[in-house]
Amino acid sequence: MSNRVAVVGVGQTKYAAKRQDVSIAGLLREAATRALDDAGMTWADIDAVVIGKAPDMFEGVMMPELYLADALGAVGKPMLRVHTAGSVGGSTGVMATHLVSSGAHKRVLVVCFEKQSESNATWALSIRLPFTGGSVTGAGGFFAPVIRAYMRRANAPDDIGIKVAVKDRLNALNNPYAHLKLPDISEEMVRESPMLWDPIRYLETCPSSDGACAIVLADEDSAKGTPNPPAWIHGTAVRSEPTMGAGRDVVNPHAGRDCAKDVYAQAGITDPRRDIDCAEIYVPFSWYEPMWMENLGFAAEGEGWKMVDDGSTSFTGDMPINPSGGVLSSNPIGASGMCRFAEAALQVRGMAGDHQVDGARTALGHAYGGGAQFFAMWIVGSEPR
Amino acid sequence: MSADVVDEAVPPVTVIECPTRLDFSYTPGVAQSRFLRALERGEITGQRCPKCKKVYVPPRGACSMCGVATEEELVLSGKGTITTFCTTQIPSPGLVPPYVTAWIRLDGSDITSMFLIQECDPAEVRLGMRVEAVWVEEADRKADLGNISYFRPIDEPDAEYETYKDYV
Repeated sequence: MSNRVAVVGVGQTKYAAKRQDVSIAGLLREAATRALDDAGMTWADIDAVVIGKAPDMFEGVMMPELYLADALGAVGKPMLRVHTAGSVGGSTGVMATHLVSSGAHKRVLVVCFEKQSESNATWALSIRLPFTGGSVTGAGGFFAPVIRAYMRRANAPDDIGIKVAVKDRLNALNNPYAHLKLPDISEEMVRESPMLWDPIRYLETCPSSDGACAIVLADEDSAKGTPNPPAWIHGTAVRSEPTMGAGRDVVNPHAGRDCAKDVYAQAGITDPRRDIDCAEIYVPFSWYEPMWMENLGFAAEGEGWKMVDDGSTSFTGDMPINPSGGVLSSNPIGASGMCRFAEAALQVRGMAGDHQVDGARTALGHAYGGGAQFFAMWIVGSEPR
Repeated sequence: MSADVVDEAVPPVTVIECPTRLDFSYTPGVAQSRFLRALERGEITGQRCPKCKKVYVPPRGACSMCGVATEEELVLSGKGTITTFCTTQIPSPGLVPPYVTAWIRLDGSDITSMFLIQECDPAEVRLGMRVEAVWVEEADRKADLGNISYFRPIDEPDAEYETYKDYV
């Protein structure tokens, strides 16, 4: 990147099944106002606004960026909307970073959201397509076969997904913004929860959440005067691949491996498990944690599940994954990727509160979307690079 | 005209139902038209990439990995191997749970397609299981993938894992 860029503000709403106390616009303003407060800025300080969300079909609000321009103080300023399915929270952060690194703008407000209580995401994702013969019920119907293929390929014990489900819900207890709070969570509770899309159980899936997440990005000069420590962006990358490609590996997608390789090279990371202190990655179904451990190069192929099994990815492990509780604890779809990016920033700013990983200096934010075909990542650090 | 100061809270209006219905049209284009016309005849066709030599079903007119046009067309047998699957336990329109959706590598192709598996206890479905297409009655066939009702098991030994492990 040409110019240095920092995250100087983060704002999140409380994630919940139903935020019927606010409209969509009110929800976004709640996150945006908190991010501006964190950055010590007002609406007037912002040069451009970038928003991201999942398909318009979810809430049925077409082109929400137009409707939200006034609520987000964007009247008379550039406003853009990004869409890359579930990875949108990540790619929106990346596109906004480019606006600052390129020198186009100095201070950019980025807001991502979903109001699932006003939508029906499962059915919006279950349309009968004229070119496929199968009936897929929701995202779980698509990803369950991929998980089954991973289990067979890696010879993984069948309780790995259960362990991730417990670990992330325990982490969520330390995050005041997390949606699901299950203080009694146990492996037994997860195992006995209903099987939805075999091999995915109810408690191995993410909840449906309302929520918004905002960040303020600043160039080096603008970051100097901010009240809280900045998170410096060391690298950003986005990759995509076709959903239907012969020879495509949907279990360990090439686009994800390439995206990681690119972002590590920018950030000077040669051994991700050693060089990265913690990661917030997109795990909507528990088994995706070990799968992404391999895709991201934290573990060799076929060995990601061992990092779960031996506790390496737990809050006190050597490679804490999703200390916030992750997507398994809060899933405002369009915002879920931005939550990962924002939580990674909070960690290296030392502002993650009760889920702060001790001494976190370098963190990874990760998101994926579509049929595991869109990837977005960033590496943030306590010091500029 | 009278004006009041907005100083009193009112009970919030939390939800207003806004039903929306959308009916979409779809133009399949050149490559899929060939595929759909073959389905009308009761045939499943694929097309081979001249570069990577992999066979696409349904053909898309181009290899999405190599970015080159596919020209050679093949007729497949309609038999295949289950490379992975999901048993869904929640209701879906027209389907009673549990039902199985499988990713099937049709013999002679290099990509999987998703189909329902029926005429079989869901608990019996397994990786490597050999299956075949079940077609709707000839008189009811249209230029539509719906001509294949579902796949069902056939009396053949399961495929070896090595033969299908790369097809997910």
